[in-house]
Amino acid sequence: MKLKTAMLMGAGLSVALSCTSAFSGEVFSGYTLLKQETREMQDDDFMNLGMEAVTKGAKLFSTKGKNEKSCATCHGEGGKKLDPKRIAQYPVLDAKTQRPITLQQRIINEWTEQLGNAPLKYESGDALALETFVRNLARGQVVNVQTDGAMAPFIEQGKKLFEARSGHLNMACNLCHDHHPGQKLRAQTLSQGQTNGFPTYRLANSKVIGTQTRINQCFKSVRAEKQPVGSEAFALLELYMNAHGNGLKIETPAVRF
Amino acid sequence: MMLKKSLVLTAVACLGLPMVSMAEEPPIEAYKAWTATKDHTIWAPLGGLKGDPAKGRKLAIASAKGNCLACHELPIPEEGFHGEVGPNLSGLASRYTEGEIRMRIVDIQVLNPASLMPPMYKNPAELKNVAKKYVGRTILTAQEVEDVVAYLMTLK
Repeated sequence: MKLKTAMLMGAGLSVALSCTSAFSGEVFSGYTLLKQETREMQDDDFMNLGMEAVTKGAKLFSTKGKNEKSCATCHGEGGKKLDPKRIAQYPVLDAKTQRPITLQQRIINEWTEQLGNAPLKYESGDALALETFVRNLARGQVVNVQTDGAMAPFIEQGKKLFEARSGHLNMACNLCHDHHPGQKLRAQTLSQGQTNGFPTYRLANSKVIGTQTRINQCFKSVRAEKQPVGSEAFALLELYMNAHGNGLKIETPAVRF
Repeated sequence: MMLKKSLVLTAVACLGLPMVSMAEEPPIEAYKAWTATKDHTIWAPLGGLKGDPAKGRKLAIASAKGNCLACHELPIPEEGFHGEVGPNLSGLASRYTEGEIRMRIVDIQVLNPASLMPPMYKNPAELKNVAKKYVGRTILTAQEVEDVVAYLMTLK
């Protein structure tokens, strides 16, 4: 990969890079930065504290709504009719809005439209549990977000957000996670900000959290105003970040510090 | 610390007091404009203030203040974790002048627009999406900038 990057740079610098892809360089999962004991916790379903959300999500998945239907009515018991490869493509282009839609937003929409339930709040416990359950069905699948065609402009918009300075500390995501991954920021090692393990059990929070809450935690660190989860801006950011992890295996629920 | 804080917050919530009353932020100081030379130096101490190197050393350690250690290695052996994102600052004053050091602390992005180092004394009006608590403030006060400059000038 390093050789490929060097060749591209030799061939025509940034122009060549931006023509081929919004991304460059090697990708690695935050898993590689974990201590052995944390890896073991993630790898063993009996020790993985995130599995609680998977179990909760599984129950919700087969709970009938007001329309006497549950998710399982269409998607099969335990979601066996869901295509793991499709799950790994999220966020996808929503046919109705022609905009990217996150996996959790899709679930939230179906929850009211198909089952007739009261709306779920974005990243509420139930919405997060359902997303964790569904994403876990695709564990081991390779992240494969569309970056070309109709999705290309949205990827560019997400990239802009990823590179926008904000907050009292005037920082942007890419300044740490693209330029310095693997290096120490005081006692903490910087990751690439990959999302392949999300929703993830965060030890520092003692619970499963979603991608957008995690980004808000970063916003807090740079002393920026938190952004409302479930917003269009967050969908674009999640799109870009998931796509940045194309090629990584889904680990949901990962365990992270 | 966390426990103590949450206990205090709980106590406040029980009393039904608005959370705002907990804020013990010092009053906002008027921003003191600075000018950089073309070769990226700021020679005049901010507000004409004199720095205290001992206070500057403490500010370099304090994570809610300068937090230099987040990214830089410094000759501060009693602190266990030093970051490695920025250059090692040992011997800094033998490589840079006081004016160059002040410039880098105040706003390194003037000379390196891609730097991730937070600008410690940038005009607050130029910052975007700042959390309410920090609106109108610089990261360090003018006095604190001068304290850190004075400390770094001891690193020869």
